[in-house]
Amino acid sequence: MNQPVSLPPSGAPLSHFIAEGVFDPHQADKLTKAQERVYLASQLTLMWWKFRKHRLAVISGVFLMVLYASILISEFLAPYNYQSRHTDFIRTPPQSVHLFHDGRFVGPFTYGLTSTLDMNNLKRNYSENTQQIFPIRFFCRGDGYRFWGMFEGDLHLVCPGEGGTMFLLGTDRLGRDMLSRIIYGARISLTIGLIGISVSFALGIVIGGLAGYYGGLFDLLVQRTIEVVQSLPTIPLWLALSAIMPPSWSPILVYFGITVILGLMDWTGLARAVRSKLLSLREDDYVVAAQLMGAGTPRVVFRHLVPGFMSHLIASATIAIPSMILGETALSFLGLGLRPPITSWGVMLNEAQNINIVVLYPWLILPVVPVIAVILAFNFLGDGLRDAADPYR
Amino acid sequence: MLRYIARRILIMIPTLLITSALIFTVMQLPPSDYFETYVAEMAAQGEKADMSRVEFLKKEYGFDKPLIERYFLWVTGFVRGDFGYSFEYEMPVSDVVGERLALTVLVSFCTILMTWIVAFPIGIYSATHQYSWADYGLTFIGLLGIAVPHFLLALIFMYFANVWFGLSIGGLMDPIYFNQPWNWAKVQSVLAHLWIPVLIIGAGGTGSMVRAIRANLLDELQKQYYVTAKAKGLPPGKALVKYPLRMSLNFFVSHIGDVLPSIVSGSELTAVVLSLQTTGPLLLRALQSQDMYLAGSFLLFLSCLTVVGVLISDILLGFLDPRIRLQGGRTK
Repeated sequence: MNQPVSLPPSGAPLSHFIAEGVFDPHQADKLTKAQERVYLASQLTLMWWKFRKHRLAVISGVFLMVLYASILISEFLAPYNYQSRHTDFIRTPPQSVHLFHDGRFVGPFTYGLTSTLDMNNLKRNYSENTQQIFPIRFFCRGDGYRFWGMFEGDLHLVCPGEGGTMFLLGTDRLGRDMLSRIIYGARISLTIGLIGISVSFALGIVIGGLAGYYGGLFDLLVQRTIEVVQSLPTIPLWLALSAIMPPSWSPILVYFGITVILGLMDWTGLARAVRSKLLSLREDDYVVAAQLMGAGTPRVVFRHLVPGFMSHLIASATIAIPSMILGETALSFLGLGLRPPITSWGVMLNEAQNINIVVLYPWLILPVVPVIAVILAFNFLGDGLRDAADPYR
Repeated sequence: MLRYIARRILIMIPTLLITSALIFTVMQLPPSDYFETYVAEMAAQGEKADMSRVEFLKKEYGFDKPLIERYFLWVTGFVRGDFGYSFEYEMPVSDVVGERLALTVLVSFCTILMTWIVAFPIGIYSATHQYSWADYGLTFIGLLGIAVPHFLLALIFMYFANVWFGLSIGGLMDPIYFNQPWNWAKVQSVLAHLWIPVLIIGAGGTGSMVRAIRANLLDELQKQYYVTAKAKGLPPGKALVKYPLRMSLNFFVSHIGDVLPSIVSGSELTAVVLSLQTTGPLLLRALQSQDMYLAGSFLLFLSCLTVVGVLISDILLGFLDPRIRLQGGRTK
């Protein structure tokens, strides 16, 4: 049927032509296989496709997932228990791992350390003793710990050689291994953001949802409150709120207190987003239909309206997590947040408050590195998610 | 225009009232007050606290009266210029705060100025050279500025200043000048110290400002009026300055209202790390010892600072954009 038909000379009648193929009325607007996939894909699949194109966001997401997975097994990953003190190795500089000794391959090992006391400034100096070789062990028995505070265990991924030391990031003023403490600290620092954002998420959805749906006086009140809370300088208020937590509280209670404080100050942005979305959606036909069928307010809001922009909300929540992590770090850094025995990156940085100490023992500010990496990753991930959740891009 | 300004100022009053009530509640929340802490501390040192003095102070500041009455005493005192009494320093709050507050305002003001001066050209450059290497680089630096918290930046800055240049960069002036009357030498000393905290505190705000200007200008650059202007043969520079830039100027001014709270709170933390002679370290100390009037007054001052800053940006916006002063209310 696609044979080229030679045109008859002008003026001559056209020859009769019948197409032999089966007539398909939808031939013109038929979708290709690829197009069909797009049209049939669910909302989530579409988001995933769009998200996948953001290389940086995907990398950040994987990075964060690895970190969050690591907090499940911190005890196993850390070479030492975060509380074990090594009184002979106070403020040791980071040790390096060697592979060759005297030009001969030995596998990963550390040299022994000898310490001398500088009588001028009472600073301990450590030097490598190249006579002693301690090969690093893998899947080995080391410091005892209680896995998640429940089961006794002593299995580690890596341990120093028998009788040797392996302080890859140095030790602090009590001779505790910095690397192990950073690994343990991730557990607190990373979860505080998640719990805090859950608090603010719940507050934001409920308050913003009711304000947007009911409107009127309640809406006005909520609007003004949001304006007031947003005009307050957050960090001084955080300080004030965490200063009022009684010192008699147990560290775990303080931990939850801080998450609530962080959440209490952060819900305004989400509430605003929820409110404006609801205002535009509540006049839609499907809402009227639900109301006519006798659905109550909570059902209409949370069953029919909120799922409509949930993905958008999750994306904005992701962007808010870094400020929570920073809040905890700042509070603990100033000594108003978490207190030792609990270890978070902020608590570790508390030791680095004094610049003179930092100049002498620069490895004490190393917890800055994971803080910045996590915050950057969350920013990239949030940007990617937001773009993916936006149907108009 | 006058009506618009009057309305904005009227809206400010309930905002400040709610803020003060909120702060007062926060200050009242601790289960113990300063006197109990004081008596307990004295007892711990084996001394007996002067109970008659405690009773006198309690009476003087109305601690025996109900909460509402105390709140009104506190707020009305603010209007009269009586900011309460710092129990720890044993002098009126206004004397303790004095110069520190002025310095806080100075630091915040210079920070905003720096944010504007730096962010504006960078934002324009990034928008007009979208997806160039310079754009990527500047965006990344801006993101770093947002991501790295002020106090950590201060710490890192101090460390490298010390290691590379052997400088100690703490403080806002040489200690000898503090609480001295102002003279030229003091001004010079302040100016020499000022740029470091301003740079550190402004980093985050500048980063977010650049991002916002870039996004805003990119939106404007696609609009038809700009395309028309270019199509009619206006040189690109002139077309840019005459149309889209003016539009994004609005936003530029209004954004300061969003950045200001973070600048003020960031400066508090940075001040603690760099031991600036601003309100930060004092606020921290007051909170730790539950010196309630001092801490409360600080918090209220800081909130006033932000509220007034937002007011100024709103008024500027009213001048720039007739739509706003006719409708009333903010752009968002």
